[in-house]
Amino acid sequence: MKKLRRSMLFIPGSNAAMLSTAFVYRPDSIMFDLEDAVALREKDSARLLVFHTLRLTAYHGIETVVRINPLDTPYGLMDLDAAVRGGAEIVRLPKTDCAEDIHRLEREVDRIERECGREHGSTRLMAAIESASGVVNAVAIATASPRMDSIALAGFDYVVDMQTQRGDGMELFYARCAILHAARAAKIDAFDVVFSDVNDDEGFLKEANFAKRLGFNGKSLINPRQIELLHQAYAPTEQEVLKAQRIVHAAEEAESQGLGVVSLNGKMVDAPVVLNAQRILALAKPAFVQA
Amino acid sequence: MKIKKEAICGTLESNDLLVKVVPFGGLQVSIYSEVMRQFGARIREVVDETLKQMNVSQGKFVIEDKGALDCAIRARVQTAVLRGCDSEELDWKGL
Repeated sequence: MKKLRRSMLFIPGSNAAMLSTAFVYRPDSIMFDLEDAVALREKDSARLLVFHTLRLTAYHGIETVVRINPLDTPYGLMDLDAAVRGGAEIVRLPKTDCAEDIHRLEREVDRIERECGREHGSTRLMAAIESASGVVNAVAIATASPRMDSIALAGFDYVVDMQTQRGDGMELFYARCAILHAARAAKIDAFDVVFSDVNDDEGFLKEANFAKRLGFNGKSLINPRQIELLHQAYAPTEQEVLKAQRIVHAAEEAESQGLGVVSLNGKMVDAPVVLNAQRILALAKPAFVQA
Repeated sequence: MKIKKEAICGTLESNDLLVKVVPFGGLQVSIYSEVMRQFGARIREVVDETLKQMNVSQGKFVIEDKGALDCAIRARVQTAVLRGCDSEELDWKGL
């Protein structure tokens, strides 16, 4: 069963206290940030802090992501060294505008994996789309490499590029849909934008439910208190779970009897419906474990 | 590696440490920690190991620990050394 990726928590790479304790919040993914959350004078220290933190056994079982600085900055390549050599599962590239950005990243990751003896292909890539160009090129970006794992929309830079501002979500609607379609066409995951007002639970839940309905796998988060809210938003209702259980049970019975067609209450059940039921049960499992 | 100039790295926040280094003829390391009694020996072990891996044999280090994990101790000491040596060149194998 595919791993859930509802919550991706940003942790500033320069904050030793947060790096040492963030695992207690148990998000689905933790993203150590070497880019915007780190002051220029602390880029060097953050890089080494993240490199060593990646090796903490406390993070085993939580997917680790490192957001590096863009490769055309003086920090990007050194960040990439730290991420790949430290053992990050995923490297997140900010400001991805075209497929060539991914091709360049891929070449550098190939080289570093070779140099440090890491298994070839074990470092996966996530592209952050932050501009109109990135949205227009989303399909090419999503399919640029077999290492591509996911694609994420970064709202603040995007709305600036679009000469607008954050509002009720209409300003992101096209970008969200374009990125989701690119991700689904490429068979990779998609993450929605961060919600920056950590005191507005109602607004956060509204946005989280909207992202879920559109089809995003999860959201990027900037505060641990948003994790539980998000996981609850993504948890299916009891009725959805019961219905999914009946469908999966019917599919299992049909398979055991060697039947090619699944039927429930006299109606044929299509394969995509079975797949969706399995997805709902996967989402339900952690919710019920937490309860 | 040779410490060429005064350098500092880290903070005095919980779970962190502050590392100061200045050029010095020999190698001198002073460690102060809120958890010295329980973890002083381990902190010194990690600091000594880190300096050895970076071939640092000269410099006066003053370390104020606020309960940092080994990973933070290594990172802060390494960054202070690199800053003191005015270098960004990292020998990843030695880390």
